[in-house]
Amino acid sequence: MPYAFKIALRYLTATKTQTGLLVAGVAVGVFVFIFMSALIGGLAVFLVQRTVGDIAHVTVEAPSRDPVSLLPDDAGVLVVEQRATTQRNQLRTANAFLPLISAMPEVVAVSQQIIGNGFLVRGQATAPVTVTGVEDNKVSAIADIESNLVAGDTMLTNSTVIIGKTLAEDLGLSVGQVVRLRSERDVERSLVVEGIFELGVEGLDARAAFVSLATARTLFDLPQGISRIEIKLADLNRADAMAARIAAETGLDATPWTEGNAQLLDGLRAQANSGNLIKAFALITIVIGVASALLLSTYRRRSEIGIMRAMGASRRFVVVVFVLQGTLIGLVGGLVGAGLGYLTLLPFPLPELSPPGGLPIDVRQGSYGLAIALTTIGAILAAILPARSAARVDPVTVIGQ
Amino acid sequence: MTVLLDVHNLVKTYGEGEAATRVLKGLDLTLEEGEFAALLGPSGSGKSTLLTILGTLMKPTSGEHHMLGEDLTIASDAELTEFRNRHIGFVFQFHHLLPDFTALENVMFPTAVRQGRETRAARERARELLVRVGLEERVDFLATELSGGQKQRVAIARALMNQPELVLADEPTGNLDRESAGQVMELLSEINENEKTTFLISTHDEKIAASCRRQINVVDGKVT
Repeated sequence: MPYAFKIALRYLTATKTQTGLLVAGVAVGVFVFIFMSALIGGLAVFLVQRTVGDIAHVTVEAPSRDPVSLLPDDAGVLVVEQRATTQRNQLRTANAFLPLISAMPEVVAVSQQIIGNGFLVRGQATAPVTVTGVEDNKVSAIADIESNLVAGDTMLTNSTVIIGKTLAEDLGLSVGQVVRLRSERDVERSLVVEGIFELGVEGLDARAAFVSLATARTLFDLPQGISRIEIKLADLNRADAMAARIAAETGLDATPWTEGNAQLLDGLRAQANSGNLIKAFALITIVIGVASALLLSTYRRRSEIGIMRAMGASRRFVVVVFVLQGTLIGLVGGLVGAGLGYLTLLPFPLPELSPPGGLPIDVRQGSYGLAIALTTIGAILAAILPARSAARVDPVTVIGQ
Repeated sequence: MTVLLDVHNLVKTYGEGEAATRVLKGLDLTLEEGEFAALLGPSGSGKSTLLTILGTLMKPTSGEHHMLGEDLTIASDAELTEFRNRHIGFVFQFHHLLPDFTALENVMFPTAVRQGRETRAARERARELLVRVGLEERVDFLATELSGGQKQRVAIARALMNQPELVLADEPTGNLDRESAGQVMELLSEINENEKTTFLISTHDEKIAASCRRQINVVDGKVT
């Protein structure tokens, strides 16, 4: 065992109570660091899951038909661009790209959709709805309708519709009742309410109506093509990269969920920054605690340091002894704090499974290694000042005392 | 006899300006190898300052300081630390042992700190030295568990650990009862005779001084 390490270890074990308290203090700091990491990380997962979990991670649409000016910007010519309205913006060649998109390893679900607006009519009551035509067996491919059904089922046929709970209540509808759906193209169909869902998102619960793709073709007078393809990814954080890849490989417009949720991302960023601030304070507390304790130890052991210097210990040796003490305190405190943190967080359910109103703590995001590493580095830095102070002890002064 | 240590026209001044106090005033001293000398003088005569400079713990304000042919006035702090470790042993009045270490570990310290680890050879030598100073039963006792006389004997063993050419002892018996003081002086004398280690012993005690083969008197910062 290196001699400086032995001396450092002996100094720490000689004052067990003080060392124990110091290690406990560091462990508490590490625990706070880990708890905050798990909480902020868990909250982010929870919020994203709840907010983005029921929307597409990437949406593929037909590229814009707007005319493109071939003139350079500085040609000195005024150009008026007019939006193309003579044709509907639809994906005519979706079938060609679907196998390509489906085969991408990070894609977990692909849903072809025809989107349009309309009214649900029951007697004299009408309610505006956003109609989504989906493949019969893919109602829950993007939004998890299946798990959020409050009545009925999700079996879509050419004569059924699935609607949100608020919408059903507004029109006094229940499963099995017939309702008329009039589209923006003035096509009207009578449909049986097959299922009623409640996603907890007002926009969907009050305005969404799911019909089969075939029904949607009739309602929106679209014999071929689709409005868009919605894609769900295994990792929603990869949406930007995947959207870029899909756009590059298909030539279609691919939009990641992040583009339409800037406020959510800002909120998550602000939340992460707040967490980082708290973690930084925890680290600063550790550094101050270790520095003050070691500084105290330096003063207490002044005469011993002087004797060591008189016996031939170099200033460097003294510095190493005190820095090693800081390192050991940081490392042991870090390991204890990380262990306690892990054991404490373990019983919490994962954020994905957290009940409403629960504490969405993610034990996987405790940043255990980072906490131990930063604490050890912090403790080493904290030990430098006391170590330098110790190395400056004049043996003549303390021997004369 | 070979000259071990030579200081010439040694001056040490503490403080500056009007507050300056000149403690050593052009002191000359030569020690030869194997000497067993007492350093005598009243309080404030400069004995402790001289021992501190000879022990390379402090540099003189001016003058020459040579030991084993090396000019120690121009050596760096790191060079003096290494020189001190290899060639000089210390015995202090208050023994100054490391309290959290055993007698064996205290004795081993000068060698272990130089080698960076505790070797088997160092452990054996430390044990032999403790046997020699009559502490074979106290080898694994903590320093705090030893009596005053035992602590001083551990300090003597520590001073001899690196087989130094010079041992500086500052009132080594000043804190001991007469019986223990006699035993310590006997031990130092025996080591001097057997190993030819040079001893310079600072003392107020006339009897202790008389037991040394040379008496050096320091009066008002000079050797008389």
